[in-house]
Amino acid sequence: MDKFTTFTGVAVPLRRSNVDTDQIIPAVYLKRITKTGFEDALFASWRQDPEFVLNQEAYKNGQVLVAGSDFGTGSSREHAVWALRDYGFKVVLSPKFADIFRGNSGKQGLVTGVISEDDTERLWSAIEANPGVEITVDLGARKAHLGDITVSFDIDDYTRWRLMEGLDDIGLTLKNEEDITEFEKKRPAWMPKTLPAKGNK
Amino acid sequence: MTVKPLTLAEKVWNDHLVVKGEAGAPDLLYIDLHLVHEVTSPQAFDGLRLAGRPVRRPDLTIATEDHNTPTIDIDKPIADVTSRTQIEALRHNAKEFGIRIHSLGDIDQGIVHVVGPQLGLTMPGITVVCGDSHTSTHGAFGALAMGIGTSEVEHVLATQTLPLKPFKTMAINVEGTLRPGVTSKDIILAVIAMIGTGGGQGYVLEYRGSAIRALSMEARMTICNMSIEAGARAGMVAPDQITFDYLKGKAHAPEGKDWDEAVEYWKSLVTDDEAVFDKEVFLDANTLEPFVTWGTNPGQGVSLNDVVPKPEDYLDANDQAAASRALEYMDLVPGTKMKDIKIDTVFLGSCTNSRIEDLRAAAAIIKGHKKAEGLRMMVVPGSARVRLQAEQEGLDVIFKDFGAEWRFAGCSMCLGMNPDQLAPGERAASTSNRNFEGRQGKGARTHLVSPLVAAATAIRGTLSSPSDLVGN
Repeated sequence: MDKFTTFTGVAVPLRRSNVDTDQIIPAVYLKRITKTGFEDALFASWRQDPEFVLNQEAYKNGQVLVAGSDFGTGSSREHAVWALRDYGFKVVLSPKFADIFRGNSGKQGLVTGVISEDDTERLWSAIEANPGVEITVDLGARKAHLGDITVSFDIDDYTRWRLMEGLDDIGLTLKNEEDITEFEKKRPAWMPKTLPAKGNK
Repeated sequence: MTVKPLTLAEKVWNDHLVVKGEAGAPDLLYIDLHLVHEVTSPQAFDGLRLAGRPVRRPDLTIATEDHNTPTIDIDKPIADVTSRTQIEALRHNAKEFGIRIHSLGDIDQGIVHVVGPQLGLTMPGITVVCGDSHTSTHGAFGALAMGIGTSEVEHVLATQTLPLKPFKTMAINVEGTLRPGVTSKDIILAVIAMIGTGGGQGYVLEYRGSAIRALSMEARMTICNMSIEAGARAGMVAPDQITFDYLKGKAHAPEGKDWDEAVEYWKSLVTDDEAVFDKEVFLDANTLEPFVTWGTNPGQGVSLNDVVPKPEDYLDANDQAAASRALEYMDLVPGTKMKDIKIDTVFLGSCTNSRIEDLRAAAAIIKGHKKAEGLRMMVVPGSARVRLQAEQEGLDVIFKDFGAEWRFAGCSMCLGMNPDQLAPGERAASTSNRNFEGRQGKGARTHLVSPLVAAATAIRGTLSSPSDLVGN
């Protein structure tokens, strides 16, 4: 995973709340077995509407999404993060994220910053007043700057550290291999085992 | 020495702690059971291959094919090439990494959240994960069960653990007695409408109270299944005699001395009397009516006796905007009686409501009736075994005589990854869990309902409850 410190890119105002993962990427695109190449799938249904924000020239190369509350609700599909990433988004700012979506983002280097409802509205207005305007996201300071406006965003310390260091979760966990092995020795014998396979009579 | 009183969720968490996180780092938890399906796993197995890592515990892992599988002609090659490729990738990965798999045509194939409990693999007090948000289903046993993304699937395959952030606890207290025709599906739809699709964010929900205690295991699974629609990390019900009776004798349930030891432990898995939840909400079961959704998220629901709401009925500006958009997408006019809404297709299935009790309940209502003119009804059992059981009981004959399609097991029209989709503009009463825009087909409109409402609706052709059938 690439290290993330600060990033500057075109801000996109997505004036919708409850943007669920079926909207971010419809299920039909989940049949692929690759981990890249999902850019065409992002908001596939909404993008058929010429008025949709990403179809407007100023926002076509958007890289920082400013969305309404409850972004990423619904399914656990990490494809939603891959689609945002493959399209070019590096950051999503929203007053509230669904837990699984947010966890998935952290694993893929997509920064999810929680901002207040008021700041969301301020950013939307500022972007719409100047379509194509760039926003700078400073992960170290947990701040985003757009023109004269500076907003603070929340992201937990651990995720922020991992993103800034570009660390791989599995590698980190495997440092605790001995603890895992010790834990396994203490597990009761009656705990479920899938093998050898048994069937109901 | 005093021991800190704990909630059920905290007890299960503590018993799986491998490494306690320090200085803001997440706790590392051991995972007892990892369920795998074809959609969210191929990239995870690829990751293992790239890193040269094996699956740490194939004996705690099980795979089944469900999301993509066709529900007709299952003896023929899968027509959709991309679906077939994805399923073949799962079969190949299972073979390469030594994982047990139940493929299409196998007696234990079915929706992953139906298969786990049915095999007796889902037990109280265990941790369960799956690359599927409806993993919360397994919380009905008092397990801590969470949906995860593909990176986490790879992480669990490689390490059998997961770094997890601390959670908050919320008690959902449901007291009283459900009236006839009201089910656990109505409870959970009402709960989501009350707390909202983000109301459970960061919380593990514990469903409590006399109405929950009275529910069967399958009814409890329906409730826990939709915890994620309230944004919760997980949903749980404390195990009790109903749980133990359900598990006893299942293929992978403990036996003999192991069983006694397990039950003794399971009985300790209740929230201590003095434990404090971070939040509590209350729902009166006595006055609950059948509950259905009118909009495009599972929180946009009302009593079936109610009318389509106006955007102004909502206080929050965002909710008003969402309601306006939903009304437009759903092509509904505020003030319309929910029961006047005409339905094109009834879908009985999904990990929420496709178990044998769901099929029995629906069959009991439609028996002796004919389905409404022009309406289509599809019945998709949750697993091959549920289908077989239903056929032994003659339920398939009741559905077919009624005019419904009797299908093979899978996720089917819940998310329409296979050919089972709605046409643009088509309106469905669906026993599934999500009414998102386009979920069941591009431009399709979904009303989430209980199996009883689905059955009554199929008879009358408009959203209906079983009580509307009196005199029909």
